[in-house]
Amino acid sequence: MDKKTANSQQTSTVVSARLARNIRRNIKERVIEFILMLAALSAVATTFAIVAILLTESLGFFKTVSFIDFITDTQWTPLFEDAHYGIAPLVAGTLTTSLIALLVAIPIGTIAAIYLSEFATHKTREIVKPILELLVGVPTVVFGYFALFFVTPLLQKVFPDLPGFNMLGPGLVMGVMIVPYISSVAEDAMRAVPMSMREGSYAMGATRFQTAIRVVTPAAISGIVAAYILGISRAVGETMVVAVAAGQQPNLTFNPMESAATITAYIVQVAMGDLPHGSIGYQSIFAAGLVLIVMTLGFNILGHMVRKKFRETY
Amino acid sequence: MATPASVGSSSSLKNLAEIRAMIKRHKMNDTLFSIIGLLALMLGLVTLLVLFTDLILDGSDRFNLEFLSSFPSRRAAHAGLLSAWVGSFLVMMVTFIAAVPMGVAAGLYLEEYAPKNWFSDLIEINVTNLAGVPSIIYGLLALGLFVYGLGFGQSILTAGLTLGLLILPIVIVSTRESIRAIPVAIREAAYAVGATKWQVVYDHVLKYSYGGILTGVIIGMARALGETAPIITIGALTFISFLPPSPVTSEPPYLNFEWLSSGFTVMPIQMFNWLSRPDHAFHVNAAATGAIIIVVTLLMNGTAIYLRYKIRKNIKW
Repeated sequence: MDKKTANSQQTSTVVSARLARNIRRNIKERVIEFILMLAALSAVATTFAIVAILLTESLGFFKTVSFIDFITDTQWTPLFEDAHYGIAPLVAGTLTTSLIALLVAIPIGTIAAIYLSEFATHKTREIVKPILELLVGVPTVVFGYFALFFVTPLLQKVFPDLPGFNMLGPGLVMGVMIVPYISSVAEDAMRAVPMSMREGSYAMGATRFQTAIRVVTPAAISGIVAAYILGISRAVGETMVVAVAAGQQPNLTFNPMESAATITAYIVQVAMGDLPHGSIGYQSIFAAGLVLIVMTLGFNILGHMVRKKFRETY
Repeated sequence: MATPASVGSSSSLKNLAEIRAMIKRHKMNDTLFSIIGLLALMLGLVTLLVLFTDLILDGSDRFNLEFLSSFPSRRAAHAGLLSAWVGSFLVMMVTFIAAVPMGVAAGLYLEEYAPKNWFSDLIEINVTNLAGVPSIIYGLLALGLFVYGLGFGQSILTAGLTLGLLILPIVIVSTRESIRAIPVAIREAAYAVGATKWQVVYDHVLKYSYGGILTGVIIGMARALGETAPIITIGALTFISFLPPSPVTSEPPYLNFEWLSSGFTVMPIQMFNWLSRPDHAFHVNAAATGAIIIVVTLLMNGTAIYLRYKIRKNIKW
């Protein structure tokens, strides 16, 4: 009898100890999950912080500068005595350099993607893809040096009138820089096209090239467009290449043979100087940043729409 | 007298010749495209080679220990990289501490814990978007938030945190990818012997995805090392002829955190500063710095690529 009670008592203490341990364990699990969630939330917080900072500082800017002037004025001289605040020259510089870059990067990137996905042997792919990745890893300031001291002098041999700072050289360098981004995303999209579609095409007697151009490319078009959008975003937001080699004078022109400042180059130029916190010059770089974000966002939305229109599902 | 049959055979012969010509033409197209494709691929490789050779040739005068052990100077031939590489090293330390635990934790949450609802979608969309935000925007964020908002000033701490935010999406994405490669069976086996969720995640998921995460971290750190624009935007100084206080001291408590609030410069900024001077002698310094940065980042990226290749080959499941 005594023995039995002792036994049950023992069992119950064991059970309650287990229960306690379970509760402790559960609490620990919950706490860990909460901490991990906080870490994940940092991404949301960063986005909100970016938007909040750009908007508040830009609001300060637009208290002094009218929005109409901002978009219609053709001069951007916020740091001069006779200050003008027209964003157009900076936008023109950004668009021109980006356009040159994309004229290089989109055809070459697409061809490289088609080749890697449809033509290259396994071995070629294994060798080439890491090299392209290395190219992505090269710091942009180094590309800036390359544009200013190698590509521009080379171009000056062809076009003797080309000034030392111009948009053509950095545009071309940026284009080569962006090729791997476009080719790797586009290639992924093409490789995701089901094999049966290629087999169907081959069975009809099509060659590799015909299959690649008429079957695989249309089937992967939404992914390829996504690659282009990524390339555009990179080109528009690229800073050091243009800051180093395109010159820092805002210049309302679309002529690649002239020097001009981009939005990003202007931000760098102002940040290099010592502007007091809260001054109009200080606020102007946030307004410029806001324009930059709106531009990349605009391209992304456009790309999203294009992708939706052409998306094919299997 | 031509019978219909012979007319038919001669025209089919003609057709055959046409078809053969067409096949030949199309096969030619194949070969032609192969060549164009190879050329397109070579462009990247050639650029990388030319760029590297150009930097080495231009900077060859300055490849010596003195360059690494001198401060910047007004005389190009005596100017060195000391404050820049020490600055880069210290900034990278902060970046690592800021980005890696946070990024891995976020990746674990999104992959292992996050329920399928709008909230998880919101986080995911944000991670994807952040990866596409131009780096200079991070600089503006840091200028408004860290430098003035939180009062960290133009310090190593600010720079490290900025680059940490910048590479956070890279770490998160690579963590998620390597976690996703682990089969569900591994998790089920652990659950079956009574492990809790965290035990499964910490003892199994994290341990097996370690290599993949490391790959992403190295690529992220290489990116941070070469990043220039955000650091310029927070207003890093370019002429620094002193070293930040040492993080390690000889007296207890042996650790010193004053360096976090010290002014600094980093290698890409020093390079930018030198190459924007009109005097050609400084451009030599810029080229030498560029060569050093490129060697370090290529080594880091190369290690990461090699590591990933090894992992892919050694996968056991």
